[in-house]
Amino acid sequence: MGYTLVYTQVLEFLPYLIKGAWISLQIAILAFFGGMFFGLILATVRTFGNNISNKIVICYVTFFTNTPQLVQIYFLFFALPEFGILLSPYIAVLLGMTLNAAAYLCEIQRAGFLSIRQNELDAAKTLNFSLFQQVKYVILPHIMRVLFPPLSNHYIIMTLGTSMAAIFGVEELTGRAFNINSETFRSVEIFSITALIYIVITFIATFLLAIIGRYFFKAKIRIIQ
Amino acid sequence: MPQIKIKSINAFYEKLHVLKNIELNVSKGEIVSLIGPSGSGKSSLLKMLVGLLIPKSGKIYLNENLVNFKNQSDLRTIREQIAIVFQQYNLFQNMNVLKNVCIAPTKIQKRDPKEVNEQALNLLEKVGLKDKLKSYPDELSGGQQQRVAIARALCLNPQILLLDEITSALDPELVKEVLDSIRLLASEGMTMLIVSHEMNFVKEVSSRVVFMDEGSIIEINNPRNIFEKPKEKRTLDFVSKILKEK
Amino acid sequence: MERLIEEIPNFFTIWNVIFLAKAMGVTFLLTAIGCLVGFSVGGLLAIFRKTKSIYLLPLRIFIVIYTEIFRRVPFLVSLLLFFYVFQIIKISDDLFLIATITVCIIATAYIGEIIRSGIESINQTQWDAATAMNFTYYQTLREVIFPQAWKVILPPAFGFFIMFIKDTALASQIGVMELTFAAKILNNKGFSPLLSFGTILILYFILSFPLDRFGKYMERKLASNKN
Repeated sequence: MGYTLVYTQVLEFLPYLIKGAWISLQIAILAFFGGMFFGLILATVRTFGNNISNKIVICYVTFFTNTPQLVQIYFLFFALPEFGILLSPYIAVLLGMTLNAAAYLCEIQRAGFLSIRQNELDAAKTLNFSLFQQVKYVILPHIMRVLFPPLSNHYIIMTLGTSMAAIFGVEELTGRAFNINSETFRSVEIFSITALIYIVITFIATFLLAIIGRYFFKAKIRIIQ
Repeated sequence: MPQIKIKSINAFYEKLHVLKNIELNVSKGEIVSLIGPSGSGKSSLLKMLVGLLIPKSGKIYLNENLVNFKNQSDLRTIREQIAIVFQQYNLFQNMNVLKNVCIAPTKIQKRDPKEVNEQALNLLEKVGLKDKLKSYPDELSGGQQQRVAIARALCLNPQILLLDEITSALDPELVKEVLDSIRLLASEGMTMLIVSHEMNFVKEVSSRVVFMDEGSIIEINNPRNIFEKPKEKRTLDFVSKILKEK
Repeated sequence: MERLIEEIPNFFTIWNVIFLAKAMGVTFLLTAIGCLVGFSVGGLLAIFRKTKSIYLLPLRIFIVIYTEIFRRVPFLVSLLLFFYVFQIIKISDDLFLIATITVCIIATAYIGEIIRSGIESINQTQWDAATAMNFTYYQTLREVIFPQAWKVILPPAFGFFIMFIKDTALASQIGVMELTFAAKILNNKGFSPLLSFGTILILYFILSFPLDRFGKYMERKLASNKN
């Protein structure tokens, strides 16, 4: 073997890496909520739209869910400049992840719409609920209980997906690991520490999501599967 | 000589004390019915007898042999001699009627498939399902499924049959067909422990009736006395309430 | 745009087409091996995870830790970590092998979870009936649980096959000659990024879309069978 793992040198970079993790979180959260917003529009069109708009949304979703996010971002980053649109790495990654997330989150949110049962609405109507009350007391609680677990799951997947940003030179967690690697060549140490930080931040996220889910939406999420 | 001897058994589900100091002897050929409100431990008692619930303390003797619930081969022995029919039938959804009945005798007891097949056909004929051999459980009515479950239990050639509220999930018109199958068995001298809410049926077939409440046995009496002049007030309360509902 | 149209005949030369076809084969092979191994080993993990014996407790703990770790580390980071570990232990410097092993390890964690939740979706009554009739744990799985659980397992498993087709794009980062790497090479050779990356987007789509449709078709069919 002749190789001993030395963590001391790498541990000096821990604060630098943790700041990188913060940027990863930013990207994940921005892309997630961006994706939620676009996804909601797409899901609404898909549920209530006409035939043509429906087809367009289906094409969008099918394309984005059947091609790699990495190549989508490559395309934005390298091909758009041919049309005179120059994106910074950060924006290209954020845009790519948002467009990709929109496709998945559209499907998830649509499944939520479809899960509303007519008899619950009928019950609310017979109790003389106004439309606002129906949304507040019947539709939203129901949708959130159904949606919360798959949305949480997708948020975790997106957190992991942010590591792709490193490939485009964004200095988030993995990007910073690249930087330290080219400086110290302690590759195994660096990437194992990086992996550990990802484990910690996704665990914290799952934990918080589980608590939010349980107290606000009565949705059950297991912290350890 | 009792076939089953239950001595000061205590058992828990998680933290819930479901069986408290249970004492009961059942002789060969006897039909003992367990009655009582839901959650009184009747089903738990049956589940324990096939090792689905492991007692925390106490002793059980089957044909004079002490059963060690921690020993897999002892568990296998009791399950070979005691068969159970569940409230929800618990038929294997992926197998047709005939396969449901035949699988354990052939695959587990390693008996001759031909002989098992013949016995299964006989049993299914007895419970009136000869024309449903190739049907799957989800294609059958509740009553039909329950009768398959009875045939499945009997095809194991058990010495003792446990019936866990086998009619409670059935529509009233289906109850009769299932009870008729049990009457037939009773007349053949099979030892049975029956959990049931059908008081008329209990009165008719049982040799003894056990009243349970909150995990304890409150009273053991013959079927006439337990309904007409029970020894305990709690029994009287339960019996008069349930008879009034009918 | 005109430049693009001019470029197309130069791009789709026989050499380039064969090059891309080979790369597509590598992408497919990485995914297929990963899923096959993931299914078999993941299945074993799921089976052991549900055992009750006290002697297997260390194994169960190991399985939980294993699945939690590899489902919480980005594919890219795992890939690089294995890449450098392999450089240290010097077993092999075959990049395809390293990528395959990484894909297998991650696929095992994910598919193991899918199979486990499939097993858990089967009603307790089925276990009780089998246990009461003296089925062993493995007999119950083989005769009763898996014949029912595969309907629950297959649709999400197809979802993950598709995820893996796409995730193998990251193998380009350690230099495995799969589709994304091929596109980068063509791009570096001076072909327009629109053409290079656009082409492989379509090729990925060709690999993934039939599986996606088939998975959805099966999901619908199995769902309607249940009722």
